[in-house]
Amino acid sequence: MGKIVVNEEFCKGCSLCISVCPQKLIRTATHVSKKGYHPAQFEDPEGKCSGCAVCALMCPDVAITVYREKKTGVTKK
Amino acid sequence: MEAVVQRPETLTSANTHYCPGCGHGIIHRLIAEVIDELGIREKTVIVAPVGCAVLLYNYFDLDSYEASHGRAPAIATGCKRVHPEVVVLTYQGDGDLAAIGTAEIVHAATRGEKITTVFVNNAIYGMTAGQMAPTTLIGQKTTTTPDGRTAERAGYPIRVCEMLTPLEGAKYIARVSVSSPKNVIQAKKAIRKAFETQIKGQGFSLVEVLSQCPTNWHMTPVESVKWVDEKMAAYFPLGEFKVPKEG
Amino acid sequence: MTEKKFMAGNEAIAEAAVQAGCRYYFGYPITPQNEIGEYMAWRLPEVGGTFLQAESELAAIYMVFGASGAGARVMTSSSGPGISLMQEGISYIAAAELPCVIVNMMRCGPGLGGIQPSQSDYFQATKGGGHGDYHLLVLAPSTGQEAANLTMLAFDLADKYRNPVMILGDGNIGQMMEPIEFKPLEKPVAAPKKNWALTGTPGRPRNLIKTLFLDPVVLEKRNLANAAKLREAVKNEVRFESYLTEDAEIVIAAYGTVARIAKTAIKILREKGLKVGLLRPISLYPFPYQAFSDTAERVKDFLVVEMSMGQMIEDVKLALCGKSRLHFYNRVGGMVPSFDEIVAQAEKIAKEAR
Repeated sequence: MGKIVVNEEFCKGCSLCISVCPQKLIRTATHVSKKGYHPAQFEDPEGKCSGCAVCALMCPDVAITVYREKKTGVTKK
Repeated sequence: MEAVVQRPETLTSANTHYCPGCGHGIIHRLIAEVIDELGIREKTVIVAPVGCAVLLYNYFDLDSYEASHGRAPAIATGCKRVHPEVVVLTYQGDGDLAAIGTAEIVHAATRGEKITTVFVNNAIYGMTAGQMAPTTLIGQKTTTTPDGRTAERAGYPIRVCEMLTPLEGAKYIARVSVSSPKNVIQAKKAIRKAFETQIKGQGFSLVEVLSQCPTNWHMTPVESVKWVDEKMAAYFPLGEFKVPKEG
Repeated sequence: MTEKKFMAGNEAIAEAAVQAGCRYYFGYPITPQNEIGEYMAWRLPEVGGTFLQAESELAAIYMVFGASGAGARVMTSSSGPGISLMQEGISYIAAAELPCVIVNMMRCGPGLGGIQPSQSDYFQATKGGGHGDYHLLVLAPSTGQEAANLTMLAFDLADKYRNPVMILGDGNIGQMMEPIEFKPLEKPVAAPKKNWALTGTPGRPRNLIKTLFLDPVVLEKRNLANAAKLREAVKNEVRFESYLTEDAEIVIAAYGTVARIAKTAIKILREKGLKVGLLRPISLYPFPYQAFSDTAERVKDFLVVEMSMGQMIEDVKLALCGKSRLHFYNRVGGMVPSFDEIVAQAEKIAKEAR
């Protein structure tokens, strides 16, 4: 179980994260951020994100924070 | 849930000026992660190039020099000779390292200068808006090769890793890319090995990183990483060219 | 160490640097100053320092940049063509406010020129050489002993003003062997702590050594601040020698080797009954304009003698502001004026003045 948070202060809408997400959980937002980009937007209604962090691996702007459930149980950050 | 990937300590919270999708951002992050993991932030000095990364000192929370074009290895040499215990890193593009700075990098390598160079090769001059670089591929269009580079007029692209590998002072030479998650993981491993080569006092280390320049290649970021994989890696093969002998 | 050692001017400069605390030397061979690097190659390891022969003067000046930025006392040396290569680096060093000492033992030029002495790098040294608004402090020794003394002073001045300092000598001074005494400076300048240096950052925010300032408001401020710093140097660091000028009818203006030859000429002239003196700039930047202006109140003829096509003479002209007559005698291409020639020039001037 995982999730990501995209920080629109940093995201430049390059779409590299979108192209690599194995679950296709990221899309280009229709809104324009304060920076003037269409940022990446995480949408995971079915809770498919595994926290694999491949999106964050590709992100050139360190805009993505990846959260993952610890295997031993849920620890809220 | 706990945060498993977040901003490295060695990176400041500044927004970078790099174009969307530019490889610099990924490479900066990998270097910062390695510095964090090795615990050397307070004993690392970085030398910035002239190129898009001229402002990298705004992004790395490190003592930093801003070098003149091509001379970073000389400046790094001066610093490292004064402070041998400090980890000294140069970060250079293809104009900086393979055009104007060719003598400096060759001699730093052959002296076995205990510095680490991250060489960002995007086959074009980014900061000055798209001229030919020494690593521009044959056939590649740039503002100074508008019909595509020909060997007849402009010679052949330089393979820096292959050129430096025979030098005995060069101990760790590797070429990687940041075009895919798999390659990003390999790139980080190589950068870490390069730092370790310096920390162990083994000699000169260099990691050439094939990087995408969506703006000057006139591509989207997603198209540009494909171009790195398909076109650049074909001429500039990835891999470790030289690894220090253990012991 | 107060014993006298018989050594070449080049060696004296190198030893003086070591005694001043210089522990890093980066350079490239070029005649007529190779003895400086060669001396450093064995002397620096003796004191735990580092000598490195760089791949070019381009690389050498940037190694100086690096070592100075790391907080060390560092020196390089070269001659005309090599100093030309270093100009960009010198501009960067001045812009970054880094201290260092650069020695130019002038040879004749332009281009590859020759290996005999000249004074044809005066403009390059004092008026710029590199791009942008900056100045080197320039000291011109006239003997091997003075070269040693001024080299030690140069390190102190460099640290005091956070500015590169140049020792401008020539092949003669570099090659001539004389007895040299090493004494610490009478009034050593207090060296400030270098908390701006790059050393890794234990327990402090990071330091930046940079020269790029894209905001014109910021860059203008920096340039103005640098200029203010240089004005302090202009106020405090003028150095010259006034030799037998009190009763002189003709004053020779010369520096370096030429000044030394002029002193012999003056001795001969005085024996012949001609009252000639010498005003010898020791600091070429800041130039002793006031000394010339003051002397011109009572002296009507100045004879500038240079081993160039006329470079220092422009500063003398500026200083005199038309107050006195200005005469010029020169040899170039590596030819060194003899005292006879200078005597003849002075006699000619005296005759015309009557």
